Amino acid sequence: MGNTAVKKTKGSGFFSNLVRQQMFIPVAALVILAVFNLIADPSFFKITLGYSSSGAPVLSGYLITILDYGSELAILAIGMTLVTAASGGQDISVGATVAIAGSVILRVLCGSNSRPETLRTSVLVAFLVACLVSMLFGAFNGVLVAHFKIQPMVATLILYTAGRSIAAWINNNELPLISDPSFGYYGGFLPGIPIPTPFFIAAACVIIIALVLKFTNLGLYTQAVGINEKSSRLNGINPTFIKFLSFVILGLCVAVVGLIKVSRLSTINYSVIAKDIEMDAILAVALGGNSLSGGKFNMAASILGAYVIQFLTTTLYKFDVQSDALPAYKAVVVILLVVLSAPVVREKLAGLGKKFRAKEVA
Amino acid sequence: MKRKVLAAILALTMVFGLAACGSKGASSDGGSSDSGSGDLIKVGIINNDPNESGYRTANDKDMKEMFTKENGYDASFAYSLKNDEQITAAQKFIQDGVDYLLLSAADTAGWDSVLKDAQDAGIRVILFDRTIDADDSLYEASIVSDMDKEGETAVNWLADQGLDEYNIIHIQGVMGSAAQQGRTGALDKKAKSDDNWNIVTQQTAEWNAEKAQQIVQSEIDKGTKFNVIYAENDDMAKGAVAALDKANISHGVGKDVIVMGFDCNSWALEELLNQNWNYDGQCNPYQASTIDGIIKKLEAGEKLEDKVVIMEEKGFDATTITQEDIDKYGI
Repeated sequence: MGNTAVKKTKGSGFFSNLVRQQMFIPVAALVILAVFNLIADPSFFKITLGYSSSGAPVLSGYLITILDYGSELAILAIGMTLVTAASGGQDISVGATVAIAGSVILRVLCGSNSRPETLRTSVLVAFLVACLVSMLFGAFNGVLVAHFKIQPMVATLILYTAGRSIAAWINNNELPLISDPSFGYYGGFLPGIPIPTPFFIAAACVIIIALVLKFTNLGLYTQAVGINEKSSRLNGINPTFIKFLSFVILGLCVAVVGLIKVSRLSTINYSVIAKDIEMDAILAVALGGNSLSGGKFNMAASILGAYVIQFLTTTLYKFDVQSDALPAYKAVVVILLVVLSAPVVREKLAGLGKKFRAKEVA
Repeated sequence: MKRKVLAAILALTMVFGLAACGSKGASSDGGSSDSGSGDLIKVGIINNDPNESGYRTANDKDMKEMFTKENGYDASFAYSLKNDEQITAAQKFIQDGVDYLLLSAADTAGWDSVLKDAQDAGIRVILFDRTIDADDSLYEASIVSDMDKEGETAVNWLADQGLDEYNIIHIQGVMGSAAQQGRTGALDKKAKSDDNWNIVTQQTAEWNAEKAQQIVQSEIDKGTKFNVIYAENDDMAKGAVAALDKANISHGVGKDVIVMGFDCNSWALEELLNQNWNYDGQCNPYQASTIDGIIKKLEAGEKLEDKVVIMEEKGFDATTITQEDIDKYGI
């Protein structure tokens, strides 16, 4: 009896330690990047108010760029965190399904005419259709993973390979181009508001997921399934459904990003749109200190992680690093993270005194 | 119990799979000997991903319309933007015993050994759209755009604008592709020889509009002074212009920044007509009929006059372009 009590306190101590560490990683990374930029060139933090060529007021500067592009990643990080926590794997088809969602939006707006003068329906309708379609594709991944118990990375490899061709097929290989300037609002600026719209969209998504996590059991159930599927089933949770649900939610996030992406340029390029964005999204989850093998998660840390990654990308662009070398720098970050999150290193970090006993528990 | 059933099903599918393989192999053998005795010329076409750009879409469509059963061809297509995947596809076509291998290589290097295999198997190779770094005995003909000339035409046009100083943001395509090398080469040469030509930044956006937008955005945030955007295709020029619009930097004829693109997409030529862009260099995607002519000649046992056929290409200036040009040359 005494023995179990000791184990319990040790367990909770370990977890609270973990949570403390979790916010610590993205915050530390952010501080390091910020300090580095402050020393190298303080003008990095300069924000200026200007006017776009259509006369609308816009803020510009590196920080705004980070908010702008980081928001796409933050939205994806929300879904990816849930998928990671529930299934213990990652969805690598995100970029391809963004292409599908974008293609659907353009298809609904343009019909078969790739150069429409006016939009056929409102953007909202197109967006809702895209939500439905990408939730269906999310459900497809979800069924493979939850029901057929295929490794998430292998299951999503199917859409990773086929997704962009599907996206091209949706629009008959045409590259629709929308000339209506109001379509550009979602990836650019709303008239009269100087902050990029993607930030507001991301903020809305964050608020929604925060409310969902606070008022439903989604977070608890997801973690329970991720930590131990069998025992969660014994406790009346349906692990298949929870995993499935996480992929459907990711599908919804993908549709939102698809809208932002096609709105940025009012057109689409199937083979390069949102290319490699899944890697950044997974990196955001990892940078948030979440275990990539599932279980406990911290949504706020993931979202912060997404902005930190964009901070890194923007910093690298600022220093004229060759853009095809960017993945190499991100790889360094991944290596650091993996090493830091390795149990051996964590145990060492947990303190030399506890080291021996922690090993025993594990 | 469940497991046993699953195992049984798996075993069955494997057996049937093998059987299917066997019968398929047999029938395709029969098929190929049939087509060998028939009139269909078997061609394996390796191209880049048709979704890569409007240029590629037009090119692929052109190839598909030409190499049909009606025109006497039995064509198989393979697509990839990656050289190694293209080489694998080429090896597969060699095994399938095609008569002609048509190739638009993703990268200029690495083709020697696979083309030698093709030669040994008696397969004739025709390059289209892109050249490769290999001995020219390894292929029958190459129908290409002269990317160096495209670059030179563009750079000469830019030099004719007579600016006091050229501060150029140079956005490159996928590094190593012939289009990138040709279009970069001409600009690099000019920037080296002339003191008032500065390339303020040179970055690859990999034909990707979003990346181009981020690169130009970063230069604007940095406060870099520039007056020319030299983008190696239309998509990237579009991305760059999106960043300029956001920062209210005027562009086009008689404005602060000269915008240059390549490929002549219809929408890009319309931007020229509206004077939002300044220049667009053509890259002619319609090579299929020329290839068809060459194959006909080779089949008839005639000799080709030239190994290298260069497509005719133009450069368009926003001040002189007309609607007819767009209808005729837009892709």
